[in-house]
Amino acid sequence: MPENPPLAPALEITGLTKRFGEKLAVDSVNLTVPRGSFFGLVGPNGAGKTTTLSMATGLLRPDAGSVSVHGLDVWSNLVDAKRRIGVLSDGVRLFDRLTGLQLVTYAGLLSGMERTVVAERAADLLDLFDLDSVSGTLVVDYSAGMTKKIALACALIHAPQLLVLDEPFESVDPVSGANIRDILHGFVESGGTVIVSSHAMDLVQRMCDHVAVIADGRVLASGTTDEVRGSSTLEDRFVELVGGRRHGKGPEWLRIS
Amino acid sequence: MVAHLIRLRFRLLANSLIRSPWQAVAVGLGTMYGLAMLFLAVVGLLFLSAAPEELGRTVTVLGGAVLVLGWTFLPLLSSGIDETVEPAKLATFPIPIRTLLLALAISGVLGVPGIITTLAALATSLVWWHTPAIAVVAVICAIIGALTCVVGSRMLAALTVRISSGRRAREAKTVLVLIPLLLLGPAILAVSTLFREFRSLLPIISDVVSWTPFGAIWAVPGDLATGRPGLAALHALVGIATLVASTAVWRWALDRALERPAVSTATGGARRGLGWFAVFSGTPTGAVAARSLTYWARDPRYAQSLISVPLVPAIVFFYTGASGDLSGLLFVGPIVAVLLGMSIYTDVSYDNTAFSLHLQTAVSGRADRWGRVIAVSVFAVPTTIILTVASVWISDSGDRLVGMLGISLGLLVTGLALSSLVSGRFAFSVPAPGENPFKARPGGGFTLMLSMFASWTALAVLALPEMVIALVGFATFNEPLGWVALAVALVLSSVFLVIGVRVGGTMLDNRGPELLVQLQRQK
Repeated sequence: MPENPPLAPALEITGLTKRFGEKLAVDSVNLTVPRGSFFGLVGPNGAGKTTTLSMATGLLRPDAGSVSVHGLDVWSNLVDAKRRIGVLSDGVRLFDRLTGLQLVTYAGLLSGMERTVVAERAADLLDLFDLDSVSGTLVVDYSAGMTKKIALACALIHAPQLLVLDEPFESVDPVSGANIRDILHGFVESGGTVIVSSHAMDLVQRMCDHVAVIADGRVLASGTTDEVRGSSTLEDRFVELVGGRRHGKGPEWLRIS
Repeated sequence: MVAHLIRLRFRLLANSLIRSPWQAVAVGLGTMYGLAMLFLAVVGLLFLSAAPEELGRTVTVLGGAVLVLGWTFLPLLSSGIDETVEPAKLATFPIPIRTLLLALAISGVLGVPGIITTLAALATSLVWWHTPAIAVVAVICAIIGALTCVVGSRMLAALTVRISSGRRAREAKTVLVLIPLLLLGPAILAVSTLFREFRSLLPIISDVVSWTPFGAIWAVPGDLATGRPGLAALHALVGIATLVASTAVWRWALDRALERPAVSTATGGARRGLGWFAVFSGTPTGAVAARSLTYWARDPRYAQSLISVPLVPAIVFFYTGASGDLSGLLFVGPIVAVLLGMSIYTDVSYDNTAFSLHLQTAVSGRADRWGRVIAVSVFAVPTTIILTVASVWISDSGDRLVGMLGISLGLLVTGLALSSLVSGRFAFSVPAPGENPFKARPGGGFTLMLSMFASWTALAVLALPEMVIALVGFATFNEPLGWVALAVALVLSSVFLVIGVRVGGTMLDNRGPELLVQLQRQK
């Protein structure tokens, strides 16, 4: 895009820091997510992925640093910024005593959308995620994968420009996972930006055009997927960066024969 | 293994207290309260040792029976069941049922209430210190009695909560538990009225109680002291059989609970359409109201706060109406108004981390506050008006109707205002969605009670104008003053509500992320 004036990136994080008591959960993280990219955030458990994403989406107040979405500072324009972001949080509850249809409708109405628009989009989303047949079932009775899908539908209903998805493929069956990937690819092709955090390196390598590796609250590598992985696979590169790989077959007593 | 499980219980308690210092303060205060009660019990029992044996027997039997009954049924009513070591969480470990049973029983005894109960039970031997042999028997009986208390509570917990499999069945059962509770309050009050009026009947009542599973074991020392060893043996037999039988039932219930841990298996019937979402306006406020009202109907935790509504008229009637003077019923309207006004006090805490949807969608704090107020008002306003009118009508004091409506509505709306303010700022330790609504976290109930008490005081002060005007009107038989009270109540409480919602909403807007962190800590 050399002839276009440089657009502000979809998400720009500078010097983001968060401390929980003694533990420095996120340590001055800098991250730039270009517009229209499919961005993967990978890291071991407790690396600060969820904390970073929570701060980036206006759900957790940072101790220091700034976050801007499409050039708009998130923490000084919370309402406007949140209108542009769709969030799938990992490890939070849903209002699961509502039916699937009610929950998606609730998310849409809370965003301040017209009832007719909400009804139309809710029907589309339930159809898109194959949740038509269970739209009248309480979300508490959904399976883990169905719950993920309904939460994703809630994140999409206000047609955000930036999707921030924390572990979107966890406990989703392969067919649904493939369907979700298609939807996300379509979203990116139409100019949207997607950020996913994941443990599944293979998946990230195949799916994402950009990737950042984060561990102990720091960004270890960031760039296009090909830049980060170089000549090896993303998984090997990840293990090399993060360390902690053990060699050996476990203690003697754990071997059956 | 037993020692290990008991250590686990204390480790869990200590860790939860470290996480929340306020909870530690609450546990400390609760312990002090318990010690004060224990001190009173010991002093009373010492005095009793100087009284005739017959009186000592009556008091220990009735006191012991109340203790066992209280331990068995009270956890369901108020403070909740301490599930620090939850059997379901231990299901995956290969622990023999006997070991588990023993560990759970001992860890039940070793809690603050358990220790205080045991000490109080042991103190009953003080009544018989003149005759050391009987005192020794009393100590043994006290141990059996204290164990019966703990086993009784565990048994009912296992029976009511853990037998069920499937969410719907579980929820139906928790609501079913409420029905006997509704009857329990009036029953206790009726009995206590009987006590007051027929003091001479107490020995006869204690004779009857001594044959029930709750009182038998406590009668043994008294039987011996009054020279009836045969009776003592029979009572001891009933008491021991009670402990054995409740242990067996508990074991059976626990076994079933471990084999079939409570997992959500229900695939309920589908519901058509949008429910309340189609009724309320399609705005954020309307959506919050629809969601809240749906939860009032579907979530057993809300049902728990609703049981108080039918309970209040029953209790007030039994307290005051039994004597023939029905004017006490006038209290029903204001009491129900206070309870309903404060019922959304823990609303955000009940949402738990699902509240993050409100943050994600950037719904304004004010819309959030109004929605919750509107949802509860839909039934709270008619209920308050109907109960107030009914109580005035039944007590035949029509001249007080307008003034009473002023007091009740003033308290209701001012209560809603206070709740809107507080629930936008603080997350309380309440049962999480889907958890047993009667489950208590150590000290959690106490913290909540402390802040509730402060809010009740504030409520009393804020609603003072209409109450004073109305009461002056009643005292001087000045009916127009009732209209003044109603007008003052409506204007003043509406102003408070607007202020409460605005300030609460602003706090929510400014401190939403911090509130979410608090909620996550409660999870």
